[in-house]
Amino acid sequence: MAQVTLTNVKKVYAGGVEAVKGVSFDIPDGGFCVLVGPSGCGKSTLLRMVAGLETISAGEVSIGERVVNEIGPADRDIAMVFQNYALYPHMSVYDNMAYGLRNRGTPKDEIDRRVKEAARILAIEGLLERRPKQLSGGQRQRVAMGRAIVRKPQVFLFDEPLSKLDAKLRVQMRVEIKKLQRALGVTAIYVTHDQVEAMTLSDKLVVMNGGQVEQIGLPADVYKKPASKFVATFIGSPPMNILPGTIDGPGIVALGDAILEARDLRQDLPAQTAVEVGLRPEDVEIASEGEAGSLPFDVEFIEELGATQLFHGQLAGLPFVMQAATDVVAAQAGRIWITVDPDRVHVFDSMTGVRLGRV
Amino acid sequence: MQKNAFFNGLTIPLMLLLPQLAITVVFFYWPASQAVWQSFLLEDAFGTSTEFVWFENYQLLFSDPGYLKAFINTLIFSSFVCMLSLSIALLFAVMADRAIRGAEIFKTLLIWPYAVAPAVAGVLWLFMFDPSLGMLARGLSSMGIAWNPRLNGNDAMLLVILAATWKQISYNFLFFLAGLQSIPKSVIEAAVIDGARPMRRFWTIVFPLLSPTTFFLLVVNIVYVFFDTFGIIDTITGGGPSGATETLVYKVFSDGKGGSNLGGSAAQSVVLLVMVIAMTAVQFKFIERRVSY
Repeated sequence: MAQVTLTNVKKVYAGGVEAVKGVSFDIPDGGFCVLVGPSGCGKSTLLRMVAGLETISAGEVSIGERVVNEIGPADRDIAMVFQNYALYPHMSVYDNMAYGLRNRGTPKDEIDRRVKEAARILAIEGLLERRPKQLSGGQRQRVAMGRAIVRKPQVFLFDEPLSKLDAKLRVQMRVEIKKLQRALGVTAIYVTHDQVEAMTLSDKLVVMNGGQVEQIGLPADVYKKPASKFVATFIGSPPMNILPGTIDGPGIVALGDAILEARDLRQDLPAQTAVEVGLRPEDVEIASEGEAGSLPFDVEFIEELGATQLFHGQLAGLPFVMQAATDVVAAQAGRIWITVDPDRVHVFDSMTGVRLGRV
Repeated sequence: MQKNAFFNGLTIPLMLLLPQLAITVVFFYWPASQAVWQSFLLEDAFGTSTEFVWFENYQLLFSDPGYLKAFINTLIFSSFVCMLSLSIALLFAVMADRAIRGAEIFKTLLIWPYAVAPAVAGVLWLFMFDPSLGMLARGLSSMGIAWNPRLNGNDAMLLVILAATWKQISYNFLFFLAGLQSIPKSVIEAAVIDGARPMRRFWTIVFPLLSPTTFFLLVVNIVYVFFDTFGIIDTITGGGPSGATETLVYKVFSDGKGGSNLGGSAAQSVVLLVMVIAMTAVQFKFIERRVSY
């Protein structure tokens, strides 16, 4: 168990493509860090650099007190779970889990004890003699986890481990991974493009885009105060509505004719500054016509989701989505009036996309 | 996914199968059955009279010490060629798989020998190792190594083994390389993280995962050394000196063509046929079961 520290880590491929452009953060001992971002954002490359599968072009990665830049993957004391599980197809489940221990010369009875213990924790005791081919996706996933935990490493690395599972199994395995990591207390780095996994698993969320870190923080903080328009639209489902607006005074933005209060907005911006206003579909509430701060929303159609419903339509001539409880009845189409809690109005710079929050 | 096609009536399926069936019948079953028939016949040297003699040809064959010698030659020849061509090709494939720069050139160049006809390959090696003309033979003699494949049976055997191996390496290389490239990269990476050093990784992960390819190549190579090496042997040694490089398939030719013993030659080809069928069956029955995973 150890702390992992990344200091200004860069990856430049031959040909000059910069995949990771200087990333720094640290993960406390026993922490669960999720790297999330769209494909090609450099999150997998970063993970592979921590694993030692990619060389580090610049910067420093340390695990525990040790700088591991020049240390091979086998000696970094890490274990990795791959997207396609990467099980050894010609070996039984038992041998798959024992392989890493055998390579390190662990005594036979110790190997046996550890493999059986891992199998018990993961509830795959009955599968030890099977070949990977004879297992279901979820079982393979468990074996891959087992292979990681028998080694008792300092750090677990997960490279999109659940992306090949069906939706139901994904939820179940997500919970199990979290439980297991807590029980073992091993530091974990987890790469995913799924924002739900990112929100639920992490106690440190790192949102990446274009090889750079957009925001680092607790998942709740990232959700409540996204540092940029990118983070705002990436985290949260359905994604945040973004509407162009202008500054109308200290803490006030104008969306077309409507006026909206935004509590977390820098006070020093001159009036008429062009900004972008972000409203989460779940933060929108229905108001009565003419209520102070209400906005006109032209509903075009409704999506029934069971627990909630989504109203799709236009606000100030732009596409807009709101989430409503199922007991809210609206006509299939027509104008309704909505309000948003001033604490939940996000304002971003229209050029850079950076959050214009109070300092 | 729908795998079976359904046809109404038999006409279309039969017509689709006909070309393949015709080729198999005309070029395989017919000549094979002719050989079987011929092996029961005895013809006089001028081909004027033919007599049905039951198994006399086979009896003569199995009591012929020359046949036993050809059998031993074939064993030596085929095991060396298979072992050498498979292991050298595997070594090359592993190196080509690792190479980052120039890998394409490396692959292309290694494939060339396969395009050389057996007879041409034979002549090539014949000249290189000719005791009076060959560059390599001169090099050997300048190092004080006695070398004369025309007189020394072991030298001759070594030469045909080298030529036949050289010819087959390209083919094996191609398949090994494709096999190596189909091993998922993440499996190798998992083994790296699991602390397996390169040699151990090769023997515990890569080699077992290549075993279906190796098995396939083993079957193909055995068939190759049994039959397709005729051209190499014929051009390099002609089976000599004094039968030192005469393999079973070469003896079929020399007894039938040179010795005009058509019945005996036919009996030999039938034995050869049965042997290859038996070997392939054994390989598929026992080895394939172990290599599948």
